[in-house]
Amino acid sequence: MHLKPFALSALHSATTGGRRYHMYMGTLTLIMLIGAYAYSLQLRYGLAVTGMNDHVSWGLYISNFTFLVGLAAAAMMLVLPAYVLKDVDFSRAVLMAEAVAVAALVMCLSFVVVDIGNPIAAWHLIPGIGYLNWPRSLLAWDILVLNGYLAINLAIPFYILYSRFSGRQPDKRKYIPWMYIAVMWAVSIHLVTAFLLAGLPARPFWNTALLGPRFLASAFTAGPAFVILLLSLIRKETKYEISDGAFSKLALITTAAAQVNLVMLISELFYKFYSPTHHGINARYLFFGIEGHNALVPWIWSAIAVNAIATIALMIHPIRRNPRWLVIASAALFIGIWVEKGIGLVVPGFIPSPLGEIVEYTPSLVEIAVTAGVWALGLFVLTILVRVALPIELGESRSPYIDGATSAPLVRPRSTRGLTRDVRPVRTR
Amino acid sequence: MSAEKVTGTPATAEDNTRLGQRVDRRRALQILIGGIAAGTQAATACSPVSAMTDEEREVKQLAWREYIKGNYRFMTEAERAETIARLERVAELKRGVDVTIQSTGAQPGVEFGYAFNISKCKGFRSCVEACINENNLDRNAATQYIRIFEMDDGVVDLDEADASFQHEAPAEGHFYMGTQCFQCADPPCVKVCPVGATWQEPDGITVVDYDWCIGCRYCMAACPYWARRFNWSEPEVPVAEVNTNQHYLGNRARKAGVVEKCTFCIHRTRQGRLPACAEACPTGARVFGNLLDPNSEIRWVLANKKVFRLKEDLKTEPRFWYFTD
Ligand code: SF4
Ligand code: SF4
Repeated sequence: MHLKPFALSALHSATTGGRRYHMYMGTLTLIMLIGAYAYSLQLRYGLAVTGMNDHVSWGLYISNFTFLVGLAAAAMMLVLPAYVLKDVDFSRAVLMAEAVAVAALVMCLSFVVVDIGNPIAAWHLIPGIGYLNWPRSLLAWDILVLNGYLAINLAIPFYILYSRFSGRQPDKRKYIPWMYIAVMWAVSIHLVTAFLLAGLPARPFWNTALLGPRFLASAFTAGPAFVILLLSLIRKETKYEISDGAFSKLALITTAAAQVNLVMLISELFYKFYSPTHHGINARYLFFGIEGHNALVPWIWSAIAVNAIATIALMIHPIRRNPRWLVIASAALFIGIWVEKGIGLVVPGFIPSPLGEIVEYTPSLVEIAVTAGVWALGLFVLTILVRVALPIELGESRSPYIDGATSAPLVRPRSTRGLTRDVRPVRTR
Repeated sequence: MSAEKVTGTPATAEDNTRLGQRVDRRRALQILIGGIAAGTQAATACSPVSAMTDEEREVKQLAWREYIKGNYRFMTEAERAETIARLERVAELKRGVDVTIQSTGAQPGVEFGYAFNISKCKGFRSCVEACINENNLDRNAATQYIRIFEMDDGVVDLDEADASFQHEAPAEGHFYMGTQCFQCADPPCVKVCPVGATWQEPDGITVVDYDWCIGCRYCMAACPYWARRFNWSEPEVPVAEVNTNQHYLGNRARKAGVVEKCTFCIHRTRQGRLPACAEACPTGARVFGNLLDPNSEIRWVLANKKVFRLKEDLKTEPRFWYFTD
């Protein structure tokens, strides 16, 4: 067994780095500590310390949750081209995408935990000793699919990395079927989360058949956009080789999804505003404000503007192919979708209330601190996962109990054609 | 136990076996956690700094037992009696109030219904006040189950209505319409609860087990009538004002982080009394009764008045009707 050296070497990879690395991790830790303090206040005084109220009973936490479910799902959907179509360019993005999925899921589950009012009663959710209202409650479904997805996304990379670490070639028959399952599962976590909202006739803003597809489109935009950012960083900072082909394909996926996302937004706007009915009142609040209540209006319009500009920019080939512009456009899309899905989806569902009352929502400092803390936790987890995976993938980290042999990379890069920078081959020991 | 319609008392043989298993598992958990608790207590007892009084120790013990208890719906009669005894004792130890908590079940042949006379309501909000006192509602957050909407004559549109009017009522050119939990026959709030902490009783009252609710607030998002309230912080009721006539599923003490709602005053109506709001209304705008009793006033209203319900298109089948004279 190589478990102990694996753990030790993982610990070593995660904790060694330059000054910048330590400062970065230190900053994340500081933000997490502040978040933890804010959460302790929330535990002591109740959710009253947040900006939520009986009218807007879900706020920043659930908004971030829905956005991050998308990120978790989309990251894994990138696996499809890599493994199903045997696309070589993608293979290196895959482990990173799975790391993103795991980090996003950790954040999702944390957001759910910080949102519940009576967290010590969480054991009531455990079937057997508690009671899980499955299959009637969509929330019960969500809990199941999210945890299952997390398990799969931990197991596959662990298996691959551990095999490599122990000097064995990972057995395709053992993990490829699970990859297929994971891809389907990714769609399911996102649809179930959309259905969680879409299944409530009480909230016409969410109660639309387009909600699920819109979720998927925005996830397919924000997910690859984030992976582009992550891979650019890895390419700049490490020896890990990522081909230009991977970037151009990710950029294409992002662009196409961003276009679909805009088309769906337009259909939604048409449906809500061409012949306005009662069902459009929440949308009216979101896009134009009602009687001076317009807290969300600047947010949604800037989000739409950012999304539209970034989408159009990506449709122009020279811009999309320029690494610097690609990074800028991806970052813009990521933030734009975060605002659109985060602030523009959950909160307006509650304003006005089903009885027509308008009570606005502003997150409190405590809420913002907890949210920042959870994001810091996610980045922390992501960084560690990447730091552990890279040396193993590069063949730098191997179990001391095997004799010198290193295994081949998962899929060997077909060529490094088109690389403008100096090409560093995969190092073998 | 999940797919079928969830009712107050498990009846079928299958239910009973599952109930048995559930109880067994909980026993095991209780023994395990009880052991841990005993260990911690032994440790604190030995330490010289422990200055716990007997009462504090008892409160802690009771809190442990309360924490590991099950969902009210799945409790045996003995378990129900135990938890009620504990809760009464906690109220005495912690607040010095002597409460009586009932566990009266739904009476056979009873299904409650409510009707609201729009032409009689004058917007005095005596019902709101009575509800607050009767149900031990949080004074600190000013929780209210009942909303009275003021509308312009000629416009039945809640979007245009005002529920927070401050001027004296009735105001010229307006009429008034009250809302509260409508005790839907097909309640969306019940369907969505992930832990089954809220359910519909056989007499039509949708209740919440405050000790089982995890506070996810999904039911609040699902209710089309905005009838559920959340305890954003520890609810406060002055000791002198506590209504000591309580029901486990009704107006007993709540805690921070859980959902609550109108229960048609379950502690009164299951004993044949009127809900506090209906009793308090000075104009007689509120009619309450047993829908299954052909001689009840509510049946008379439904048969002889033009009645309507809110949001019929949602098919939640509220047991709450509006009518005019
Ligand atoms: S009015 Fe709302 S809280 Fe009451 S039963 Fe219907 S859905 Fe549930
Ligand atoms: S808040 Fe409580 S009663 Fe409502 S759905 Fe969540 S657990 Fe159930």
